[in-house]
Amino acid sequence: MNVDSNSYTFGFATIMVVIVAALLSYAAIGLKPFQDRNIELEKQQNILSSVGIKIQRDLAEDAYSKYIKEELVLNFEGEEVGGIAFDIDLSKELKKDHSDQLLPLFVSNIDDSKQYIIPLRGKGLWGPIWGFIALEEDLNTVYGAVFDHKGETPGLGAEINQSFFQEPFVGKTIFNGDNLTSIRVVKGGASESDNYAVDGISGGTITSDGVTDMLLERLNMYLPYITKVKSEIEEKLMVDLDSVSILNDSLTQKEL
Amino acid sequence: MSKESLFSKKNRKLLSDPLDDNNPITVQVLGICSALAITVQLKPAVVMALSVLVVLSVANVVVSLMRNMIPSRIRIIVFLVVIAALVILVDQVLKAFVYDVSKELSVFVGLIITNCIICGRLEAFAMANPPGKAFLDGLGNSFGYGMILIVVAFFRELLGAGTLYGYPVLESIGLYNLGYENNGMMILPPMALVTVGVLIWWQRSRNEKLIEEN
Repeated sequence: MNVDSNSYTFGFATIMVVIVAALLSYAAIGLKPFQDRNIELEKQQNILSSVGIKIQRDLAEDAYSKYIKEELVLNFEGEEVGGIAFDIDLSKELKKDHSDQLLPLFVSNIDDSKQYIIPLRGKGLWGPIWGFIALEEDLNTVYGAVFDHKGETPGLGAEINQSFFQEPFVGKTIFNGDNLTSIRVVKGGASESDNYAVDGISGGTITSDGVTDMLLERLNMYLPYITKVKSEIEEKLMVDLDSVSILNDSLTQKEL
Repeated sequence: MSKESLFSKKNRKLLSDPLDDNNPITVQVLGICSALAITVQLKPAVVMALSVLVVLSVANVVVSLMRNMIPSRIRIIVFLVVIAALVILVDQVLKAFVYDVSKELSVFVGLIITNCIICGRLEAFAMANPPGKAFLDGLGNSFGYGMILIVVAFFRELLGAGTLYGYPVLESIGLYNLGYENNGMMILPPMALVTVGVLIWWQRSRNEKLIEEN
């Protein structure tokens, strides 16, 4: 048989491509359930990690159901709408119009206080970056943050998933008075007293800027909800104060 | 066909040659692109070396088995299909069962497919030799490649970040207290080229076979 004839060449190419295609699609379909499971567990692990719970992947599911008390889906006006927050794919939501986006929000309960966990997604240098930022009950102070990336430069931008980059976020605040300042990742180092900035990574400026933009853009989307919850807290505080003063009044009256 | 033992002198040479006299990076100057890209830290370098080991040995065997069937006009395309299929297969299996490793690897999948060493070995060796030898050649070359990768990554991570495999070596021996600072330039790609250059220089000064006549 002439291996170099045209018909053989075409035949060989066709058969080879069909075999390889079949093999790869078989592998992809057969392995998909395992892969999806890993991705789901990793997400739970990341959410937990933003509130300071570092846990192995196999144990993530139990811990997740233990600590994460609520999963909310919000619209751009901060109203709750139906849906499963965990299944929302931010990469798809970000492509939609501002007013059509669904905003997932997770609420955890650790040490008898609430944390609000906001999922993040933005652009790095080479591809997407994402993460979670957890806010304390006052919806201002950062409780914790995690970031990850698809393919940032190893040793430079890729370091955003390291704890030395993430830890300084803890205790920073996202509001200056009533204005949302978000948290900036600063090239050349942020001063210790600056409540709205953390150190960037030398050589990873574009990724660092990506984190800044991502935080500002995402937090801005949640602003209506945050404002609403904050005013509810304040109202509740006022009511509490009122009842205390009424109680005081009645006490004094009794004494009289 | 004469039977040859697996570890005959000739076969051992297939394994040892690429480590020194015929090293894919320092002598054949193949696979430089990936050597520059992923040697910032040891860990990705090791992962890359292992993945190339798997892909190159298997691709060598597969192509060697098919060497009499492959039409010569489309042989490069056939190589690419074999390599790409293997890389995707490996990546899918890793994603399903060792997810963390696959996250390390994901960046390099593209790099493995374009790694000139693999295409070079398929063209130069697997097309002309039986599967057993092709397998040894694949092993030898990926060792030679991995060795250089790991050496370069060792120096770049140590001098650039002060760590080895993520462990802060220089901090733990207290060098920073003496006023030492990391050399940030080691992290940037040009220094990988310089490091590889120094390695080639050192190897040539030591290995007489590599010194050109004039």
